[in-house]
Amino acid sequence: MGLLDHKFENGGIIITKADDLLNWARLSSMWPMTFGIACCAIEFMSTGTSVYDMDRFGIAPFASPRQADVMIVAGTVTFKMADRIKRLYEQMPEPRYVISMGSCSNCGGPYWQHGYHVVKGVDRIVPVDIYVPGCPPRPEALIGGFLKLQEKIRNESLRAPKAIERLLENQKQHA
Amino acid sequence: MPEFSQLVDIVKRISPETTTDEKASPKAILIPAQNIIKVCTELHQNPETYFDMLSCLTGIDNGVQANTMEVVYNLYSIPFNTGVMLKMVLPRENPVIDSVTSIWRTADWHEREAFDMLGIKFTGHPDLRRILLPADWEGFPLRKDYHHQEYYRNIKVEY
Repeated sequence: MGLLDHKFENGGIIITKADDLLNWARLSSMWPMTFGIACCAIEFMSTGTSVYDMDRFGIAPFASPRQADVMIVAGTVTFKMADRIKRLYEQMPEPRYVISMGSCSNCGGPYWQHGYHVVKGVDRIVPVDIYVPGCPPRPEALIGGFLKLQEKIRNESLRAPKAIERLLENQKQHA
Repeated sequence: MPEFSQLVDIVKRISPETTTDEKASPKAILIPAQNIIKVCTELHQNPETYFDMLSCLTGIDNGVQANTMEVVYNLYSIPFNTGVMLKMVLPRENPVIDSVTSIWRTADWHEREAFDMLGIKFTGHPDLRRILLPADWEGFPLRKDYHHQEYYRNIKVEY
């Protein structure tokens, strides 16, 4: 907090853009939903341990979709699970983000050819913001994914919300 | 500990048209499918055999050319520390066999799996529905001529 201390010296006023303030708040407290569906979840759990300490980025797992900001799809998405994943995603409040963790949820992974039961990429069910490659990705890679997501959030703008933009586009298409 | 030949004799008393496959491990006894309950009850109850545990029950599809399916039972006798394999050959068009859940409760989920993957029907099963795949799945994935559907609930299946 050293930098901020100096800014408060003269009167305690900061002037910033609303966008920057909101983005800063969002990217500094991303709560992923506690949700793992295969071995990638083990790496996700390691990421939370004191060794990798994802809490230092303000990332703390939350055991409900209702207050979560990020969904990490950590594992193989089967067709049986697909409906549940979609429902969990829909239960999350906006703005919401999805990190696809590992080869399976990126593209089907080792099941791409003979996995009749595997969805070949979770992006066929929910929109994905960040893809983390690996099988499974190491905790460093997942943290890397979070940092990428932070960059993405940092460049967002309140005046051009993506969800409304998509909605308008859809309406245009239907008109 | 009962020898394999003794086991075969016991089975043959109940089901005369029995053959064996001694190359299998453990050695297998092939019996006609309609005798399954009688043979299993005997092997389970007889104090000389006492196969009190069903270690595994599984199905095999021998393919379109052979046009048969098999159900394989791996029995184990804890007091005699001995195992035996039972095999039943079924027609591929209509694979139906009696359930052994009345003898070993373990068979419940095993038979459901064989039904889920191969479509073998077990008559007398208390709750024969898919165990792993979703209830509205089409087809039986471990059949040799299986082709998955193009879309499952509007999600493309192919890569």
